[in-house]
This record gives sequence, C-alpha cells and structure tokens, in this order.
Amino acid sequence: MGTPQFSTFYPDFYIERLENRCIKCKRCVKECTYEAHLWDEKKKILKEDHTKCIGCHRCEAMCPTKAIIIKPHPSQFREHANWTPWFIKNIYKQADQGGVLLTSTGCAVPIKNYFDHLVLDACQVTNPPIDPLREPMELRTYIGSKPSGIEVEEVNGKFRLKKPLPPLIKLEIPVMFAAMSFGAISLHVHQGLARAARDLGTLYNTGEGGLHASLYEYGSNTIVQCASGRFGLHVDYLNAGVAIEIKIGQGAKPGIGGHLPGEKVTEEISKTRMIPVGSDALSPAPHHDIYSIEDLRGLIFALKEATEYKKLVFVKIAAVHNVAAIASGIVRAGADAVVIDGLKGGTGAAPTMFRDYIGIPIELAISAVDKRLREEGLRHMTSIIASGGIRCSADVVKAIALGADAVYIGTAALIAVGCSMCQRCYTGKCPWGIATNNPELIKRLPPEVAYEKIYNLVHAWGHEIKEMLGAMGLNSIESLRGNRDKLRAVGLTKEEMEILEVKHAGEV
Amino acid sequence: MNLELNVHTLHYSQVNRILRKAIEEGKVNFKLYGVNGHRYLAAGISKKVKIEIYGTPGLDLGAFMKGPEIIVYGNSQDGAGNTMDDGKIVIHGMGGDVIGYGMRGGKIHLYSDAGYRVGIHMKAYMDKVPVIIIGGKAGDFLGEYMAGGIIILLGMFSRYPEKPIAGLFLGTGMHGGAIYIRGKVKESFLGAGLKPYPLTSEDEKLLETHLKEYCEDFNLNLSEIFKADFIKIIPYTHRPYGKLYAY
Repeated sequence: MGTPQFSTFYPDFYIERLENRCIKCKRCVKECTYEAHLWDEKKKILKEDHTKCIGCHRCEAMCPTKAIIIKPHPSQFREHANWTPWFIKNIYKQADQGGVLLTSTGCAVPIKNYFDHLVLDACQVTNPPIDPLREPMELRTYIGSKPSGIEVEEVNGKFRLKKPLPPLIKLEIPVMFAAMSFGAISLHVHQGLARAARDLGTLYNTGEGGLHASLYEYGSNTIVQCASGRFGLHVDYLNAGVAIEIKIGQGAKPGIGGHLPGEKVTEEISKTRMIPVGSDALSPAPHHDIYSIEDLRGLIFALKEATEYKKLVFVKIAAVHNVAAIASGIVRAGADAVVIDGLKGGTGAAPTMFRDYIGIPIELAISAVDKRLREEGLRHMTSIIASGGIRCSADVVKAIALGADAVYIGTAALIAVGCSMCQRCYTGKCPWGIATNNPELIKRLPPEVAYEKIYNLVHAWGHEIKEMLGAMGLNSIESLRGNRDKLRAVGLTKEEMEILEVKHAGEV
Repeated sequence: MNLELNVHTLHYSQVNRILRKAIEEGKVNFKLYGVNGHRYLAAGISKKVKIEIYGTPGLDLGAFMKGPEIIVYGNSQDGAGNTMDDGKIVIHGMGGDVIGYGMRGGKIHLYSDAGYRVGIHMKAYMDKVPVIIIGGKAGDFLGEYMAGGIIILLGMFSRYPEKPIAGLFLGTGMHGGAIYIRGKVKESFLGAGLKPYPLTSEDEKLLETHLKEYCEDFNLNLSEIFKADFIKIIPYTHRPYGKLYAY
C-alpha cells in the first residue's frame, strides 16, 4: 500500500442521483470534465466518484430529467471555530503534495465588504427625483488626462481651441471589461466581450495573452495589455486598440506575475504567446525594465512614442497599503488612467494565500487615491478605474461616488456567461467552456451566447444606474463622481469613515 | 533616399517624428549625429530601413520595432531592443541593462559588455528566433525566464578583466531557448536546476552561422572566436515551476 492521500478521503461535494428520475442517458458522464460521473458497462449503471466533483453544477444543469443534485458533502468534521474544514483540507493537500495552494477567482475570505456598509441617498419632497424613462440621463464618461485649462481664440468670428485636447476615450457606460487573457478564457468569451463592448459603447481588455486575428475589427473598443511577460506584444497589437494598459499588479495576486498553467498552453496559445506548448506561461513578478517610478515613466513614453501618442496609457496596480502614494507617482509618470484592482479582484490562477490575504479592499483604495490626487492637484490629469469585487450596479454607483471614473468587471461578466464559481479555472477543464481553450469544451459556449448574456447584463446595469442617479436627483454620472455626500455609512468606525470620507447614516 | 541629421538640439519626440515622416516619404537610409541620451529612437517603427547612430542613444532604443537595422557607433543606454519584434541592432560599444527584454525576433549584436537582466523572457515560435550576441561580459540574470531564442556570450571584448563572464542567476527559470557561452561558468552562477552541456554538431553549425554575421559586423576574425570551447545551457524542463503547486 502506498502513502495514504488524506486529501482524497473527504470530498467537498456529494452527487445525489435520483434513481426514479435518471434515464441512464449518460449525459452527465459526457458533461463532467473531471470524471466524477462514471458508466459501469458491465452492470449497466451510473456511478459517482464524489472526490472528483468540483461543484461546478454542469451535470445538474444539463441533466434532461433533473435527476442530479450537487450538495455539500454531508460528512462532517467535529465542529471547531478555528480549524474549519477549509484549513484542515488545505493542510491535507499540502501534506500530500508539498506544493503551494493554487486557486482561482477572487478573495474567498469574508473580509469586510465596505460596499455592503454604504447606502445611497434619494430625493424626498425637497427636490424631485428624475425619471430616466422620461428625462435625459447621461452615463457618458471620458477617460484620460484632462488639461488644467483651455485657451480659446477667435478666428473669423468663430471661437476655437488654441491647442487640441489630448486624446480622450468616450464611454457610454462607465463599466468596462477587465483584462482576461486569451489563454485564461476562451476565444469565444473574448469574441463575446468584444462585441458586447462595441454595442454598449464601452471597452474590453485583451489581457496579456495577445490578440486573436478575429478581434482586430473591435479595435476602437479594445484595451491591449503590456504585462511583464510581454506575451503577444508587438507593434501591430499595440496599435490595435485605443489604450494600452501596463499591468504592474493584479488584486488577486499583488506582488507576483501572471501564471497560465501549462495545461492551458495549447498549440494556438503557444503561437500567440511564443512559448513552448505545455510550458507554464510565466510573467515575472516585476517588469524587469521597471524598478522605479522613473522607469515606469520610461515605459509609458516608450509605448506612447511607439504608437505616436495616439493611444492612452493606463497603469494597473493592485490596491496595497501604500496605494495612494503609488498612484500619485503613476500620474506623475504620465499615465492617462490609473487602474486599481482591489483585494477581491479575480484571477484564473493565483496562490490561495495571495488571493485571500494580500491587498486592501477596493472601496478604501478608491477613496484614498481620489483624495490624494485631489490634494496634490493631480486628479484631473488622470482617470481612476476601479476593479475587484464589483458585483452589481449599486457597487458601480458606490465606487464612482467614492471617486472612481469607471469600473472594470471581470468575474461578473464570466458569471453572466454561466460561470458557477467552482474556482478551478487553472485546470483548463472548465466544464462551462469559459476558462478553457480545449477545442471541444469551448463549443459549450458559442460566441453569440456569450455576447448576448454580457450585453444583457451591462445593459440592465446601465438602466439601474440611471434609476439610482435619478432617485438621487442627478442627471449625469459626472455629478456623482467623488460625490461622497450621496453615501452614508452603516456600522463603520470613525477611522473607516474618515478614509472613505463619508458620514454615518443619521448624520446630516 | 538618404537623410543625415544632427539631432543634438532636438527632443527625442521630434527626432522620431522626423524619422517617421521621412520613412513615409520613402527614405531608407538615415544617419543621426549628435545623439546624446535621446530615448526611444525608432521605437515602434515597422519598416526595413537603416539607421546609423553616432553618439549614445538613450533608454529603449528600437523598442517594439519591427524591421529597422540600427547601427550605433558608441555605447547604448538601458533597454535597447525592448520587446523588439524584428530587425537588427548593432552596438559598437557597451550596452546597458535590460537589453532585449521580452524580445520576439531579430538580432542584437553588442560588441562589448552588457549590463544586468539581459534577454529576460525572450521568446520564439517556429522560425522566428531572436538572437543576442554579446562580445564582452554580462551582468546578473542573463536569460532569466527565457522561453525561446538564442543568447551567445563571448566574454572577449570586455572592459572588466576582473569580472566573471556572466553574473549570478544565469538562466534562472528558463523554459525554452539556449544560452551559449565561450569558456566556462561556475555552476553556482547558474539558475536552479541548470547544467552546462557540451555542444552538438548542430549547435556548432548554428554558432558558426550567427557568429559569422557578428564578425562581419565588427570586422572580427571568426577563427579567433572558435579558439576556445563553448558550453550550452538549456532548460532542464519546459515547466521549471510545474511542480510548485498543490491542487
């Protein structure tokens, strides 16, 4: 007998098969990419291996007779407030395999969610709310560096600007799609995001895996990314979008580089990334040409020179302790937008300790950065894009009231296309055909379906945002930006309220 | 078809604008005089033109470029050939740090010493194979995270006789490509898990092809270079960190 593998003894999930409903069609066997459903040809019965179930619910959703229920496994450890099954099982895994715990999505630890402690204002009696169905309501947002002032001259009786304005990007809704690379997610999801971005008047971000030939037509709705691995980064790619995002850090894993596990590096991915098939796509922790703010300025202007100043340059960092000072440096280095990715930001692969415990909540980071930039007279020189844990349109409204210009959503867009948050993106076996490039699996999510779902979600959020603005008596999202007066705290300490610059509910 | 220009009093942005416009007008040969720390020269240019530079170009010479041939009569500062895609950079002197970072194709021929972090994360796909040849010595982290391409380190034309041919952490995390070194390196200088190998006949042919071109660029004698043996450093696996994780 070999060494016991403790981690295989206690499954997380229990597959319940309702025998009176099951017609033995074997659809579950076909759907499960983790081989948790098995067909016993001899006995002509279906069997389950609970230890292999990852709780994605694909079988349950696809079963034609609804004969399957996926439940938490009823087997329990003796209750202990400190040593919960999560910690016990993680220790078993590491004792068995001796490795770093790897996971996906964003922070799963219930660290205080400040969005849930902030409530919004609405008009009552003294000033009337606005009904967006009857009256104009503007969500249009301009991203980029705005001049300190404008000079106007009169020519032949007409007024015109003396100097042209720097390039700005017009968003019809301040919700963009966060960087998710081709490799991490399927080409179909990329195609869906790109088309949805175009029809919604917003932008999607290619992530650092390069750009598939079929997506160049969406250029005016594209942000391309320059990360430390420099994957798929060539001059045509840099010129393909309207903005270039230098990725310094990511909320899910501040301080380390991207990691596309070898399991997901197929022939096609190998080609765009120019690395061997099956090798891990490793992005170094730092950009090795950036060790300081001065170096960052070096890369920002290298990109601007290479693209003849036609593209905006964003700089994305993870929200960490010193985020405000870093953001200030980034603006001084010449970035047109600062992207801050909070503690709850998602990922396709990150060490669990990083995902759960490194970085600070985005709500505090937005406010701190906005305040610092205002104090230093830099706020107009940049846009603040917030990301990491935006779950609903009210989160968008709160983020903007705390000082963001726009937000990125990543996880929310993936949930819109069927993701059930099983947190196994790193395996490349995504049963929903989202976080995979297996040619068979990606067929499970055609690009048209991805497009429709993502479009619907953001369209609906847009309407909700308009309703919330109207209720507050605002007719433009610009009037909400940094408008802390529209927020009140419930159950926050004085210190927290100071950082957020909000009053407590009940205060006037 | 030619343009000669003294750029001493011009900002790098102006120089690049002039270059781009002249290229659009069909000019293919350029001589830039008085170059003194001008950054980003030829960055992002994707035409097959020849640019001769007299002086010291600044940060990120030829960054992201795809096609030009740049010849520097002098030293070059940090970041030459940053994420370069195609073309050639020949430097008749020393180079700075971070040469050829994330390089995807083309060639960098450096006559003398290179700084730290050279050739980090070079890549290759099929016949698109970037090459960096360093005539002098190199600092720490040469070829770190290398995913493809070729680095050849000669150690012959160095200003630092007391230094070892390459610095520490040579090839750390490399998972593709090859580093060829004339002479020997201490194994303790190599990245974890790496070992030096003797050359195969294929390696020798490859070296000869690349070094022949190098010798032509700098008017050197190929047989002098081959008077010493080379070693080769290649990845011991294409997944150096594959076993790092528990699932």
